[in-house]
Amino acid sequence: MLNAMTLTGLILAAAAPSGAHGGEYGDAHGAEAAFPPFDPTYFATQIFWLLLTFGILYLLLAKVFLPRIGGTIEERSSRIADDLDAASRMQREAEEAEKSYERALADAKAKAHNVSESTRQAVDAEIKTEVDAADAEAAKAAEAAEQRIGAIRDKAMANIESVAADAAQAAVEALTGKRPTLATVKKALN
Amino acid sequence: MIAAGLDPIAQFEIHKLAELKIGKYDISFTNSALMMVVSVALISLWLLLSSKKSLIPGRAQSLVEVSYEFVADMLRSAAGKEGMKFFPFVFALFLYILFANLLGMIPFFFTTTSHIVVTMVLALMVFFLVIIYGVYKNGFGFLKLFWPDVPMAVKPFVCLLEIISFFSRPLSHSIRLWANIMAGHIMIKVFAGFCIMLVGAFGLVGGSLAGILPFLMTFALTPLEFLVSFVQAYVFALLTCIYLSDALHPGHH
Repeated sequence: MLNAMTLTGLILAAAAPSGAHGGEYGDAHGAEAAFPPFDPTYFATQIFWLLLTFGILYLLLAKVFLPRIGGTIEERSSRIADDLDAASRMQREAEEAEKSYERALADAKAKAHNVSESTRQAVDAEIKTEVDAADAEAAKAAEAAEQRIGAIRDKAMANIESVAADAAQAAVEALTGKRPTLATVKKALN
Repeated sequence: MIAAGLDPIAQFEIHKLAELKIGKYDISFTNSALMMVVSVALISLWLLLSSKKSLIPGRAQSLVEVSYEFVADMLRSAAGKEGMKFFPFVFALFLYILFANLLGMIPFFFTTTSHIVVTMVLALMVFFLVIIYGVYKNGFGFLKLFWPDVPMAVKPFVCLLEIISFFSRPLSHSIRLWANIMAGHIMIKVFAGFCIMLVGAFGLVGGSLAGILPFLMTFALTPLEFLVSFVQAYVFALLTCIYLSDALHPGHH
């Protein structure tokens, strides 16, 4: 479609000079004028102003604006790179700190374990000696009690003999009217 | 007066605003020159206000930086790292054409790029820059541009083609931009003019009803022309990059 329109333009332009032959170098106004883009009256001024304005734009861009924009972009990208470097360095440092912290924690745990173990052993030993001492005392007391019991039993046995002799004397006296001597009775009892 | 207003060619007419002469050359300040000055002033104002050098860019600064990177990437990918010495030139071309096209989209504004002289001068600047820099940098090696690596049997023929294509570059380069812009402006004017003519012929009510179609056409063409404004500036700058690449590396292309 654009090409078709271009063709129309070209045809118009080609047709124009026949109608405006006189006006081409004179005043190019009104419907009789040449197709404006092909009117050479204004070629010089357009070229002049184009070169002037384009030249100014080029100088402004080359000397002022592009260095500024490029500088800003460069500065930003280098700043980002720096920041990334710093971040990775900090991360490394943090990792190292974590490692050393873990090492310290492990050391402290081991130490604490040792301390508790040795304390437990010491306490165990103390308990054992105390228990032993208590056992020994208890054994002594039990022995003493046994000896006393033995003595009491012997005494009681001895008493039983005399009581039995007495009772036998009394029984014989009651039956016979005659009181036997203690030695006889004892002889008879044994 | 209505007839003059409807003429789709009238928008391309140049009027003198102030007489000016150097020798026998008429360099009067015209509406075309005014638009050139306005577009350069607008570009400068835009770049001045939005390059505050802040580390975290605002919206305007981002736009400037995006344009910068856009053209820089285009040039770097077409002409390599050595091509960056032409960056101010390519960026100036891109902005100059883009602003001229966009300003021309404002009703009653003159479009400088709708004149073949303007686009031809821009294209010839590129053409001669390529030749002058190519010869300066490569000497006779620049002629390798016309002597490509193809079988000997077809070499003379390809060489002829290369020469023709090289010398027709300024023509295709300039006419592409000019024809697109001019044709688009004529089309919008023609369809918009239909609406007015229909109102004139059928009265306000009938004409408005009949004018709906050309109105919708105008409505649809306007954003298309904004797109063409950008695309043509881009294409002109891209072709400039590709041509400059020939000046830098004539041996391989």
